[in-house]
This record gives sequence, C-alpha cells and structure tokens, in this order.
Amino acid sequence: MSVSSAGKPSKLQTWMLGLGGLLVFFGLWAAFSGFGLVPARFLPSPAAVAQRMFFLADHPFAGASLPVHVLSSLGRYALGFLLAAAIGVPLGLFMGWYSLLDDIVTPIFNALRFVAPIAWVPFAALWFGTGIGGPVMVIFAGAFPPCLINAYRGAKFVDAKFLEAAHTLGAGNLRIVTEVLLPVSIPSIVSGLRVGAGLGWQSLVGAELIVASSGVGYMMVQGQSAVSTPTVLSGMIAIGIVGYCVDLVLREMEAFTRRRRGLG
Amino acid sequence: MRRSRRRILVGCCTALAIAAFWTVSTFFTSLISPGRFPSPPQVWEAARQIAVEGYADATLWQHALQSLRLVAMGFLFAVVVGAPLGIIMGANRRFDAFITPVFSLIRPIPPLAWIPLAILWLGLGDGAKIMVIFFAAFVPAVINSHAGVRSMEPHLVEASRVLGARGFTSIREVLIPGAMPMIFTGLRLSLQASWTTLVAAELVGALAGLGRVLNVAQQDIYPAMIVVAMAAVAALGWATTRLLDVIEDRAMPWLPVRA
Repeated sequence: MSVSSAGKPSKLQTWMLGLGGLLVFFGLWAAFSGFGLVPARFLPSPAAVAQRMFFLADHPFAGASLPVHVLSSLGRYALGFLLAAAIGVPLGLFMGWYSLLDDIVTPIFNALRFVAPIAWVPFAALWFGTGIGGPVMVIFAGAFPPCLINAYRGAKFVDAKFLEAAHTLGAGNLRIVTEVLLPVSIPSIVSGLRVGAGLGWQSLVGAELIVASSGVGYMMVQGQSAVSTPTVLSGMIAIGIVGYCVDLVLREMEAFTRRRRGLG
Repeated sequence: MRRSRRRILVGCCTALAIAAFWTVSTFFTSLISPGRFPSPPQVWEAARQIAVEGYADATLWQHALQSLRLVAMGFLFAVVVGAPLGIIMGANRRFDAFITPVFSLIRPIPPLAWIPLAILWLGLGDGAKIMVIFFAAFVPAVINSHAGVRSMEPHLVEASRVLGARGFTSIREVLIPGAMPMIFTGLRLSLQASWTTLVAAELVGALAGLGRVLNVAQQDIYPAMIVVAMAAVAALGWATTRLLDVIEDRAMPWLPVRA
C-alpha cells in the first residue's frame, strides 16, 4: 500500500506532527488577530469566536439562537434529502431493469445535469416560496443525481446469473427489482446516499444564504450585513460540525453494508 | 447496434414529447400559468432581448464572459496550489501528518459557507468570488492528487528508486504521471464545484455575471429570463467540462481514448 515505508513516521511522530500542524494553524490565527496585523473586525481571535458561539447558544440572533437555527436547517434538509432518496433510488433501480425507461429518462437527466443545483433557486422561490418549499427543492436538486446514478449503476451491474436464476424460479419483473436488484445494489445505493447527503447539505447552505428567513445560512447572511465576523464564523463552524456528523453516520452505514457483504 | 438505434429513436421521441407538452401547456392553453413557467416564444424573446439589448446592465456575452473569467481564475489558482500540495502530501508522510489535521478541520465546511466571510473580507467585487471558487476547487484537487500518489503500485515506485530516481526527479518522472488519472478526476469535481459556487456567490451579490441575471430576473418575476440564464450556465458548464476532457486525452497519450 505504501509508496515508501522508509520515510514513514511512527505513530507517536504522526501524532506529534499533527499536533504541531494544529498549533501552527491556531497560533498563526491568534497572532494575526492578537497583534493587530488584521483588524479584529475582519478576523476575530479564536477565543472571541468560541465566546460568540457560547453566547449564541442561548441568545437569539436574527430571530433565534444558534441551536434553533441549526434545527430549522436540519428539518428542511431531512425533508429534501429524504424526498431525493425516495424518488431517486427506486427510479434508478427501475431504469436499471426496464431499458425503455432508461432510454427515456437518461437524455432528460443528461440535459439537466449541467444546471448547477443552486441555479434552481429562482424557480424554487417562484414555485414554492422562501419558507420551507423553496429551500427543499434546491436540496432535492443537489441530492437527487447521486441517489439516482448509484442505484442505476448498482442495478445495471448485477451479475446476470442472479437474474437468470430469479427468472427460472418464476420471479416477475417487480419481484426481480425488489428482491434481486435492490438487495444486490445496496452498497452502491448507500455510497450514492452519502454523496447526495454531502451535496444536499451544501445546496441547503446556498439556498439559505439566498432565500430563507431562518436557518444557519440566514443567520450568517444577517451576521454579514451586521459586520459581525464572529457570528459568521460561528455559523461556518456549526455547518461544518453538522455536515461532518451527517457524513460520519452515512460513512458508518457504508462500511457496515460493505462488511456484511464481505467487500472489506 | 439495434439497441443504440432504439436509444436514439426513443431519445428523439422524448425530446419531441416534452417540447409538445411545453408548447401546449404554456402557449395554446394556460395549463401552466405564464407567471410560473414561460412559453417557448417568451423564452425566445428573452434570449433575443438579453443578446441584443442587454439585461441587468449588460448583454449575455458580457455576463457570460464575466462568469467564465471568474471560474477560470478561481479554478486555475486552486489547481496550481492544490494539486502540488496533494502530490507532496502523498509523497512525504511527515508533511502529510503535519497538514492533514488542519486540512480535516477546514474540509467539512462547504465552499458556499465561505461566501459571507468572503464578502466581509473582500466586498462584492471579483476578489470575493475568486476566493470562494478557490476554496470550492481546492479541496477535490488536493484529495485526489493525494489519493492518486498513494494508490500507485509500490513496485513501480520502488523500481524507479532502484534505478536512481529521487526527490524532484521522482516526483516529475514517476509520481505525477502515475497520479495523473486521479488528478484529472479531481479536476473534474473541482470544475463542477467551481460553477456551483460561482452561481451561488453571484446570486448572493454581484454587479455582473450570469448569477446576477438570475437574481434580477427573480426579482422582476421574469421566468423566461431565468430559463435563459439557467441554460447559459449549463452550456458554459458543459463547454468547460468538454475542454477538460480534451486536455485530459492530450495529457495522457498512453491511455486508450475514451468514448
């Protein structure tokens, strides 16, 4: 696996080097703001940002405290992502089985593929408003393509002998999709969900920056207009933490499904 | 052969059916109200208006050129910094151990979340957009170059070492060509992320560019112009991806040409 085992540091060295890297990073950040190289208005010190995060934990900014903003973002996100998975995965599986459906959907999908999810924001606002519907549609636009593609690929590369066996044993089309294609494609589907979850979270942030009246993105825009850099940085940290947790859950699911199938 | 012929036939039928449904539902009947989605003549008129007279203070070409310029600058800047960083991280384990924790700390923050900070730092001009596009394109460039170097056959690297390739020669002659396919995978992701980020950054606030056209059209409730701007963004995204494909084939003449 390793390119060179000669230059490979020991576990302790890796740990020390990593710690050193973090110290340099936070040291530079603190030095830049602490010695006034950059005005605090532009780059507050790490301590000031931590303080601001604790303050926002139970004091409202832009209509709600940070945890409430995070919850309203998560609500929209869950809705948009589940919708994308609920439509994308079955559609992908059926496209993998019925070639006519594949031939109909694939050109439409390819034509829309290059429209960035964020470019749907104006229509999302026009069709579904700026409350829940608009942002949910943008999240859907971000999370849908990986859900569909991975289910499709999973179903397309199923070993032909499984399909022949199922046919011989008298399974109909629907049973082949639900009892052969679906179980066999699960590792691929879960990987697609993970990619979709990441893109959906990213689209949510974009949608909330542009059209929303609550949520972490909205809080950041308000922080930006109030020139409150600590608030903006608090929002970035909160978005990073939540995104990381979502990815962690799906990564564990991915590893679990792969382990169960002996894929390592 | 028969399969691919049917594919084209069905594709054409689908396109015709969608065009027919669109025309009938918006133009001949008002099944879909014009305030929600425009009819084909309205889109044509909007395209003519922005191409000839201009919309949101400039013509389509000027907006497109502005967006293209920002994407090119942010993307190239990210590749020039990110790919070498990833290669060095892949080649030198100590450097990797030093950088990785900091990188993992910044990585979960989606590029779009940098937009408010970029505006605070650099205002609504080009600088803020280039900074955000840089962040968007930087992460995939680093990760894939790093993975490209790490996934190389150890025998190849060891053989080259035995033959005397060290340091800079090893990087230039062995690691870069070996990691090239993965590097290009990263560049493709970077390019896609660049376009998404550009549109978002221009929607949040800009003086020109396709994102601004989208923004103004949304405020004017001008659905036909929204369609034109979306189509323009998609066309530019497609064209730049094709350009990257051509460069990829030229850069790796030893690989079979992709279909």
